[in-house]
Amino acid sequence: MVVPLEHVIVLSMILFSIGVLGVLFRRNAITIFMSIELMLNAVNLALVGFSRYYNSVDGQVFVFLVMTLAAAEVAVGLAIIIALYRNRQTVNIDEINLMKN
Amino acid sequence: MSLALLFYLTASIAVGSAIFVVLNRNAVYSAILLVLCFFALAVLYLLLEAYFLAVLEVFIYAGAIMVLFLFVIMLLNLGREDALPRFIQLQRALSLLMVVLFFFGIFLIMLNGPGVLHQPVEKFSAGGIYSLGEALFTKYLFPFEVASLLLLVALIGTVYLAKKKI
Repeated sequence: MVVPLEHVIVLSMILFSIGVLGVLFRRNAITIFMSIELMLNAVNLALVGFSRYYNSVDGQVFVFLVMTLAAAEVAVGLAIIIALYRNRQTVNIDEINLMKN
Repeated sequence: MSLALLFYLTASIAVGSAIFVVLNRNAVYSAILLVLCFFALAVLYLLLEAYFLAVLEVFIYAGAIMVLFLFVIMLLNLGREDALPRFIQLQRALSLLMVVLFFFGIFLIMLNGPGVLHQPVEKFSAGGIYSLGEALFTKYLFPFEVASLLLLVALIGTVYLAKKKI
């Protein structure tokens, strides 16, 4: 491997933490969605690292499936955001409290 | 040695662009920087000898998913996010604290983990499209079929959600 496995995992952890921070910080539903994509990619990176480390293709198959899931999730999620915007004229998650009471 | 240097350089590009994705108030800039982050990740996959996944990363994430994001941002005509009221500032500080705790929690678990990692094999034989396809169509055939079903469900769901009146 070009670098030790630990460095790959630490990089993956940093990216995942940044993604969590984005979900907690931002109020814009689209940016929150991008942060979720970032978290998925961080996990993918860890899986690729483990796949290289254990000389096995299984991790890469998981990454393949995660990518499929991400594509499906983005299509449905963005459709939901557009439907929400049509009804409420906002994507600010603080103003979307339809199910609060 | 120079490959390790390239790894750290690309890693710092990925982390930097990810930070700007999160901190930027303008959604369009966030999307563009996220594309940069995906390209950096593709280079990292290449360095970890996952050649097919590097190509897929560029195709699916940077190509398909981010185009979808940019389309939606364009459709919604989003402006800059407004400044936040005070109680949300407190919430921000708390969430930052939580993320730092989260990070160091995993870090400690990793440090106290099994400790001795064996030396990875020098010759890696599972990175190309051949071995991936073989695993996908033999050992992982059922998950592969389920993934196609998932895509079908997403397709139908999206068409339904895109109707005029919902």
